[in-house]
Parts: sequence; C-alpha cells; structure tokens
Amino acid sequence: MNQQRPELVCPAGTPAALKTAIEAGADAVYVGFRDETNARNFPGLNFSRPELKDAIGLAHRNGAKVLVAINTFPRAGATDIWHRAVDDAVTLGADALILADIGLLAYAAERHPEARLHLSVQAAASNPASIRFYAERFGVRRVVLPRVLTVAEIKALNAEIAPIETEVFVFGGLCVMAEGRCALSSYATGQSPNSNGVCSPAAAVRYVETETGTASMLGEITVNHFRHDEPAGYPTLCKGRFVAQDQASYLFEEPTSLNTLGLLPDLIDAGITAFKIEGRQRGRAYVAAVVSAFRQGVDAVLAGGTPPVASLDAIVEGGRETAGAYRKAWR
Amino acid sequence: MNPARLTLGPLLYNWSAEAVRDFYFRIADEADIDTVCIGEVVCAKRAPFLAPQLPEIVRRLTAAGKEVVLSTLALVMSAADLNLIAETATDDGVLIEANDVSAAALAGGRPFVAGPLLNIYNEDTLACFAGMGAIRACLPAELPATAIATLAESASIPLEIQAFGRLPLAVSARCYAARSRSLAKDGCRFVCAQDPDGMPVDTLDGVPFLAVNGTQTLSHHYLSLLGMLAPLRQAGIDRFRLWPQTVDMVAVADLFRRTLAGDLDPAEAGDRLADLCPGRDFADGYIHGREGRVLVDMEMAD
Repeated sequence: MNQQRPELVCPAGTPAALKTAIEAGADAVYVGFRDETNARNFPGLNFSRPELKDAIGLAHRNGAKVLVAINTFPRAGATDIWHRAVDDAVTLGADALILADIGLLAYAAERHPEARLHLSVQAAASNPASIRFYAERFGVRRVVLPRVLTVAEIKALNAEIAPIETEVFVFGGLCVMAEGRCALSSYATGQSPNSNGVCSPAAAVRYVETETGTASMLGEITVNHFRHDEPAGYPTLCKGRFVAQDQASYLFEEPTSLNTLGLLPDLIDAGITAFKIEGRQRGRAYVAAVVSAFRQGVDAVLAGGTPPVASLDAIVEGGRETAGAYRKAWR
Repeated sequence: MNPARLTLGPLLYNWSAEAVRDFYFRIADEADIDTVCIGEVVCAKRAPFLAPQLPEIVRRLTAAGKEVVLSTLALVMSAADLNLIAETATDDGVLIEANDVSAAALAGGRPFVAGPLLNIYNEDTLACFAGMGAIRACLPAELPATAIATLAESASIPLEIQAFGRLPLAVSARCYAARSRSLAKDGCRFVCAQDPDGMPVDTLDGVPFLAVNGTQTLSHHYLSLLGMLAPLRQAGIDRFRLWPQTVDMVAVADLFRRTLAGDLDPAEAGDRLADLCPGRDFADGYIHGREGRVLVDMEMAD
C-alpha cells in the first residue's frame, strides 16, 4: 500500500478562518484576493494584500503553507488585474499559485519562473495529455483534478503522470458539471464562475412565498419549492428540482455534499499528493470541524487504522452526503 | 473586410445513422455553408455509431467544396478517449477542432481549430492557442460583444462566433438522459436517442429552461444573432457558427447568408427564422452582457 502522507489543503475565506484551519491541523491553506480574480468572489470574503501578508507570516511560523487561488478567466482587455494578483501573491511569499487560465499561466511562468504553479480545478484537466501539456508548457507541478474521475481512474492517472502531483477534493460542495466548463449560472443570472468568480450568486437569490410554501429563485428561474414545514435551501442551479420526462426531480444532483471520510484508505492508496476541503465561503465552525475530522482520519489511516467516524452531518448541505464521481455508480 | 463565412457546428445529438447520413448529404448538396464540423463531441459511448459512415460523409462534403473539420470530444477521461483523439489529431490529412486542451496538445503543432468548448476568454489565452497551431478559434458562448471586440482587435487568427442554435452550457461525467429515466450511465440503452433536439427541462412552475443531451446541458433557447451580424462584422468577426437543430438547417443557413450579404433585412430574417423554428424561443443575452436566457433584440420576439 502506498503510504505517502497526503497534504491536507484547507479553505480560508477570512484571516480568522485561516488561523482556525492551521490550529485544526491544516498542512496548507488556500485563499483568494478580495476581487473577481478568484472563484469564490463573495461579499465580505477573501483577503486584502496586507491581510494576505499577515496570513502568510502566521502560516509560515506554524509550518503551514499558503496557496493563493487566482482561478477565474481574465476578462479580455482587463488582464492587468489578474497579472497584478499574480505579481502580488508572489511578492507576498505565497507557497503556490492556483491558476486556471492558459494566458495567465503563461504570464506567471514567464514573469515568475521560480513560483510554484498549481492547476486549478477550474481548468478541468481530466487526462494525462492535458496534464502533461500544463506541466511541460508552464511548469505546473500539481493539478487539482476535476470531480469526474473514479478513485481507480485517479490511481491509474497518478501512475502515468508522475512526478506531477495531484490534488483532489475530499469534502464540501460538489460541482456536478466539469468545473470551469459550466455556464448554467450566467445563463440564468449573467454571472458565472469563469468570468465573475460566482455561481448562483446571492444577489440573484429570492425566496418567494406561495400558497403551499416557499419558492427559491435565482433571477427569474424557480430552482426549487419547499413546503411550509421544510427548510428552504439555497438555490444552487445544479442542485435544484426541475421537470423532465413529466417528472419533478433533482435532475442533476440532490442538495448534497461530498464526503470521502470513508474512502480515505482508498484515496491514500491512490497516490494522491494533497486532499482538498472545499468551503472558503464557510465559517470557522465548519473549518474547525471538517479540518479536524480529516486530520484525524488521514493520521489514523497512515497509522494503520481506520478513519474515526466523525459527525459532520450537521454541516453538510441538506444533511446529505455523497462520494460523488469517486464511486462509479454516481455516473 | 474578409468575406463572411458560415460554419456548421458538429451535430451534438444522438440521431440515428440514417438521419445523420441524410442530414450531412443534404448539407453537402444544398447548403450554402463554407465549413462543416462533424464528430462525436458529447459522449464517447456514441462514437462507434458515427465511425462507419464518417468516410463517406466526409467525401461527399469535400466533393461539394466544403471544408471539413473533425470535432473532438469535450470531456476526455479514459485512455480509449485519448487514443481516439490522438489518432485523429496526428493525421496530417484532417483538420481537427479541439474541444479539450488534450486535443490541442496532441495535435503537436499541426494546424487545428480551437473549439467553442475551450476556455478562451482573453487575448493572452487566444495568443497561446494561436502559438500552438490554432488557425482559427470559435469563442465560448458567454462572451459579451465588448470582450469579442477586444479579442478581435488583438487576434492573429480569424475568430468565429456562435450565432444560431441551442447554446452548449455544460458537460458532465454524469448522464442526465439516463438519470431522468432511472438508468445508470453504464446501462444507458442510449436513451439520449429519444431526444434529437435535447430533452426539455422545465422549472417547477413550468418555465422552459434547459435541454439535456446525454451528459451535456444546453440552453432551452435557440440563440439567434441575426440582428448582431453587422456590428460583429464591423468588429472584425469573419465567421459565424450555426448549431444543427431539428429544423431546416439549409434554410437557416440561407437566412444567415443573405443577411450577412445585406440582401435581407435582419428584422425580416428574424421573422423568417421564427417561422422556420416553430415553437422555439430565442435568446441573445450573452452578446449584450446579460443573462444568456434573455432576449434583448426585440425584433426576434413574437
């Protein structure tokens, strides 16, 4: 069995969350600037330049790394905003940059050849030919895999692309579509993850009372409807209920969260370099609970045991979880 | 100004072998279209259906004077997928359209077309693909006219804009045609063949919203940029893509050709397009920087 110790990469939307993640056992924390250059461009979230400087100092004093996500696709005619984000992240001492756009990768590789580059999940590099391209062309050292592959496929992929590292999501919100290749949000609201760093943006959300309950809406689109006795969930488009084949259903995916605690032995055996927890938009309680659970889980498996059963039910979306594409049956 | 060119995008849906053959033969014989893309873009499981008749279709199209482009798979996951692309991409006799970075990389410096499912959002990325061998690029659906104009200004290769048909919005490892019929992807029985123009997806309150084509999600609305052809030409766009739908594509191509040539007023063309697409709704929001599903050019409204 492959016993390489995977790095636990944890989310931080605020300096407080970063501190919490490090205290809970994060090996690395990923963050973004407070603007459209990252894929979690939510109000009240993310880091100013001075905040990032302090965060990197704190992390390094505690033996943790800071990875800076600059993973939206730069707007034509405004690429300087993204270039500045790359320059500043390098200057402030980021341990790696997480990039998705080919033009931005070219810029970073040329201007900062010493910088460690990771390929964002938003680039959806799902096969050896794509991954090798990013490694050979831009010196990408690690690829965050899109959530489309099974564990067996990831293991085979790792054997093929070594020494390029892979990072996979182990917990949190789950894209059902190939990441960075989905325009559902902009079709309904005009704002997309690729262009604006937001999916199903809060500014477009409305809850409308009906005779029988509450409709959750995104722009003009009814994403779901809840009875009076049901809690109304957030209208993320791909987790909504729609009518197809004369039947209302969660056509794309149930409101559910990825949770791979039970799969950790297989994931560790697959030779993955880093495990990533989703949720830069989540609060400190979430970060503390999830990071601790995965720290204990990874350490237990490496010590030859099984991951302790942690209760993360209270914090998963809709109280439900899935192993997503990691198990073939999901497809 | 370069002459305007029309491209027929690859047929994205799972039509019967006869329907595919008849469709492309008619395009070859009757359609005023410059370039025809063909190839399985959506689902690797369907690729074997097209393969046996592909040579004959390509011969017919080529003989009719069309440029033929082989479009490649959008979501490449297996070694078999990659081998298929590698075979096509390294054949000096064919021009491929890359819809995944893997295909562009596998072309190994040979000329290729950068497809609409690649993420080309800015001039730096466009230049990278041109440097890799792209001889033109079809831009993603969600780009507004402002971004298109900026790209056209800096472009060293011709740009193509999607101008008609359902917009490809997402690809997934999961098959929603199968899922909606309580089937697993592995045992899908190719139920996507029942959705030749996409499976309608409505909201709970009955508003048509999306269309599912197996693992692909498209817009309910048909895009029509008939009213934007002149300004896009002014901005330097030479090529316009028409996506095959279950409507008379020869007639659709004719409307676009005559509007581009200035022989048909865009409003009149819009009326005729609506007649050719009964029961379909139109949208053009993205080009105006709005949500993709809205219609800004009210000449297309009934």
